[in-house]
Amino acid sequence: MEHSPSLALIVLLPFLGSLCAAFLPANARNAESWLAGGIALACTVLTLGLYGRVASGAVLHFVLPWLPQAGLAFSLRLDGFAWLFTLLVSLMGTLVVIYARYYLSPQDPVPRFFAFLLAFMGSMLGIVLSGNLIQLVVFWELTSFSSFMLIAYWYHRAQARQGARMALTVTATGGFCLLAGVIMLGTIAGSFDLDRVLAAGDTVRAHPWYPVMLGLILLGALTKSAQFPFHFWLPHAMAAPTPVSAYLHSATLVKAGVFLLTRLWPVLAGTDLWFALVCGAGLASLLLGAAAALFQRDMKGVLAYSTVSHLGLITLLLGMNSPLALVAAVFHIMNHATFKATLFMAAGIVDHEAGTRDLRRLNGLARAMPITATIATVAAAAMAGVPLLNGFLSKEMFFAEAIFAGEEPLLRVGLPALATLAGVFSVAYSLRLVHQVFFGAPARALPRIPHEPTRWMLLPGVLLVLTCLLVGILPARTIGPALALAVQSILGFATPAYSLVVWHGFTVPFLMSVIALVGGVGLYLLRYFYGQRATGQAPLRAPFDGRRVFDILIVVLHRFAERMVRFASSRRQQPQLLLIVCLALAVAAIPLAASGLSGGGVPLTPIDPVYVLPWLVGCICAVGAAVQAKFHRLAALIMLGGAGLFTSLTFAWFSAPDLALTQVAVEVVTLVLLLLGLRWLPRRLELDDPDRRTRRARARRVRDFLLALVVGGGLAALSFAMLTRAPVRDIAHFFIGRALPEGGGRNVVNVILVDFRGFDTLGEITVVAIVALTVYVLLRRFRPAPESIEVPRAQREAPAQERGRAFDPEAKLPAGDLMVPAVLIRLLLPMAGLVAIYLLLRGHNAPGGGFVGGLVMATAFITQYMVGGAMWVEWRMRVHPQYWVALGLLAAGGAGVLAWALGQPFLTSFGTDLALPVVGDVHVASVLLFDLGVYLVVVGATSLMLVALAHQSFRSQREA
Amino acid sequence: MEILFAIAIGVLSGSGVWLLLRPRTFQVIVGLALLSYAVNLFIFGMGRLVTGRAPIVGAHPVDPASLADPVPQALVLTAIVIGFATTALLLVVLLAARGLTGTDHVDGRESP
Repeated sequence: MEHSPSLALIVLLPFLGSLCAAFLPANARNAESWLAGGIALACTVLTLGLYGRVASGAVLHFVLPWLPQAGLAFSLRLDGFAWLFTLLVSLMGTLVVIYARYYLSPQDPVPRFFAFLLAFMGSMLGIVLSGNLIQLVVFWELTSFSSFMLIAYWYHRAQARQGARMALTVTATGGFCLLAGVIMLGTIAGSFDLDRVLAAGDTVRAHPWYPVMLGLILLGALTKSAQFPFHFWLPHAMAAPTPVSAYLHSATLVKAGVFLLTRLWPVLAGTDLWFALVCGAGLASLLLGAAAALFQRDMKGVLAYSTVSHLGLITLLLGMNSPLALVAAVFHIMNHATFKATLFMAAGIVDHEAGTRDLRRLNGLARAMPITATIATVAAAAMAGVPLLNGFLSKEMFFAEAIFAGEEPLLRVGLPALATLAGVFSVAYSLRLVHQVFFGAPARALPRIPHEPTRWMLLPGVLLVLTCLLVGILPARTIGPALALAVQSILGFATPAYSLVVWHGFTVPFLMSVIALVGGVGLYLLRYFYGQRATGQAPLRAPFDGRRVFDILIVVLHRFAERMVRFASSRRQQPQLLLIVCLALAVAAIPLAASGLSGGGVPLTPIDPVYVLPWLVGCICAVGAAVQAKFHRLAALIMLGGAGLFTSLTFAWFSAPDLALTQVAVEVVTLVLLLLGLRWLPRRLELDDPDRRTRRARARRVRDFLLALVVGGGLAALSFAMLTRAPVRDIAHFFIGRALPEGGGRNVVNVILVDFRGFDTLGEITVVAIVALTVYVLLRRFRPAPESIEVPRAQREAPAQERGRAFDPEAKLPAGDLMVPAVLIRLLLPMAGLVAIYLLLRGHNAPGGGFVGGLVMATAFITQYMVGGAMWVEWRMRVHPQYWVALGLLAAGGAGVLAWALGQPFLTSFGTDLALPVVGDVHVASVLLFDLGVYLVVVGATSLMLVALAHQSFRSQREA
Repeated sequence: MEILFAIAIGVLSGSGVWLLLRPRTFQVIVGLALLSYAVNLFIFGMGRLVTGRAPIVGAHPVDPASLADPVPQALVLTAIVIGFATTALLLVVLLAARGLTGTDHVDGRESP
């Protein structure tokens, strides 16, 4: 296997360029063109540089392992066929960039154009060079996406948006099918590696999955190449700027489908099914495209349908299961790219200089723009298959193949006849395009006075036309070697003998060419003289209208989705919550219904009468809170606190001192938090609530009550069953056994938090920090409800001398009733701080830790607010809670990173015992730093949330 | 004791679910708080109920089976703190919603 890093460069350069192009200024047309052109040229040069190695028969690879366990790698592969295609894509890219520089107007935002053009080029090169099928599909989707962005480049036009959407929907749906097909193919072949898949042809064709897999892959390829019945998106994609049409919709993107068919030809072709499907789609597209092209009014419309037709020709050739037809197909891919891109460029020039592309308005432009007329005429002649041009050669090969396609009489006569008919159409629409635009009497009343464009805009077209001529006259000397290389890389030893000469003698194919030419001219004259019925639509349209089917499908899908959303979900919160509760209930109940609820086995512990009293209080509080929460919020809040205290007591009772401490502390801050929030809620009295008595409301309450009963009862039963079963304690033993020797702490819960599961805790304090910042940010833009803004009743009714007093920042103590509590609370602050630090420090060996310590400290801070007044505290606050949070995260993260310095994994703990004078033995460990981080985050986050909420009360007074 | 513990979980969760389905934001907050008590107790109960044997090891090696299970305790401890943070977030979101919509109904508008 021969390696070549320049393959990676060829694929990566356009993407890098795309990134650069996106960030250039909006009017940097020249810089963008130089960048894009330079990159395209560099890719071309790199490709040309690889010719020697490819010509020697080597297949170049570039492999970057990604997930070797899963057999996934970024893999590039270049053989003769890929080389030819790479050259086509990069060379055409260079020419289109030159053309686009002069085509786009100064008002167009160029960064977007060139960024997506380069991204497209990179993706297309990625498809061509992929050595892995999945990777190929990824690049395939990228081309769909960049094509979408390019078609919608002028997104202010409805047509552009619609065309882009249609192209994306069709090609991305195809891409999805392709992915499924490729996965099946890879599974059959045993690998997604292209080399191995290509070698597994016989296995694949004999596999029972073959028909389905082939169908899926063909769906991908045929949608991409705009083949019948998916051809309708291509004419609508003509809303794109013309350089895009020239590049994507004639030379490259639409060729991706036939590229894939050619690439997988050795694996998939050779069966009757392949013949029927591929030939069928190809033949239908060939004829329908050609016929529809005859009736278009728009120059680009003609070109789009003729592209459908020519791609149909290539598909038909690929479907014939004959190596010679494959040669013709590859040859025609190249030829079509040259003449069709030229014609698109010419159409763009006409549009640019004359202001319209409408065939009915254009006439006799040859006098004003002779060079454009010349290149367009030559290119159209190549498209029609006039001798001495490249189109003639591949078309004659096609005719020759059509004769030998099958033995059955229908095929023997029918296929050559249909091929000739398509040739007739092709000649007629080529003639019409050129004759109508460039010849005849000069048109009047054009939007602009036509003239020749700048030389640079003509250059790409001229170069391409010269290629057409050169290949047409001297095929063996020009395209010969490259074509041979490409075909050999696909067919290997099965490469047939073929001759690339202009004159084969008076053969049947030549006769067919002559019939096509004469018939085409005749058809055109007939149409020309018998009325100009260019309706913009082919008369055969109705039964084959893919677009209408597409539109109907989209509408049906939308309706279905809307109905599903309406059925399965609601914008309202209550039904959603109801659904969640019911779902949770079902999830718990269904397995239980199967296995039953079995408890027992463990003797019950006797009921302690002392516990019964708080238990009773807790239960009453819970029910009371539920009853009172609507009309008596303060009462409900107090009872919620009661339930919380009961929970805390339960923790303490059943050997969980850490939990009990934390729960008590959290209870306090939660209560303060909700108290602060109460002020902003609307007044609600039991009397003025009329809808409590409606039948519906009553029914809803009954339903909810029953649901609550079921949930509560179920959870109680579940708990009881769980509590009376023998516990599984392996994990507990693991942690208890290792807490002291490995974690260096006696308090196992704390050791788990800061050491064994430290990463979890780090994540959790990060969540707390983020939530605190979110609360802070939300409250910065807080708009209270109008009726909540006025000063609360309690403050209004306060003695007059207190209300009138202005805030005095120098006052040592608040005046009035709160003076004594203020003194006490202020004295309490250092004590509380001491307790907090004590809890933090002892946490590793005894109940305590960063969480509790932090909550205690935050409570101390918030009491200052409550008693001293928010203004007074904020006036004195030197440390902002945000800094606490930041420092905490830094400390916790730093404790983790410290381990790296010792060559250990992240968050590994280490420590040492120190014997200090006075204090005694102290265990200093990195987990202490970690726990300090937890402490700081909890202090900062809790105070930040509470302070932000408390702060609102005097903001609104200011605003009122 | 197990029966009392289980009933407490049932009462707390039943009250919580009832409030969760009510239309007013304050009811939902209180309901969530009650429900989180119940869930925390439930998870804590996974370690079974033992008294007087907090998971704090002494200087000498002990029989691990003689101590309460520390794993559910560690899980619940962080859950308590996170629960507080999310309650605060919910409260502020609901207050902001009330300011914007003018109602404290959970749907942002009074039910029809």
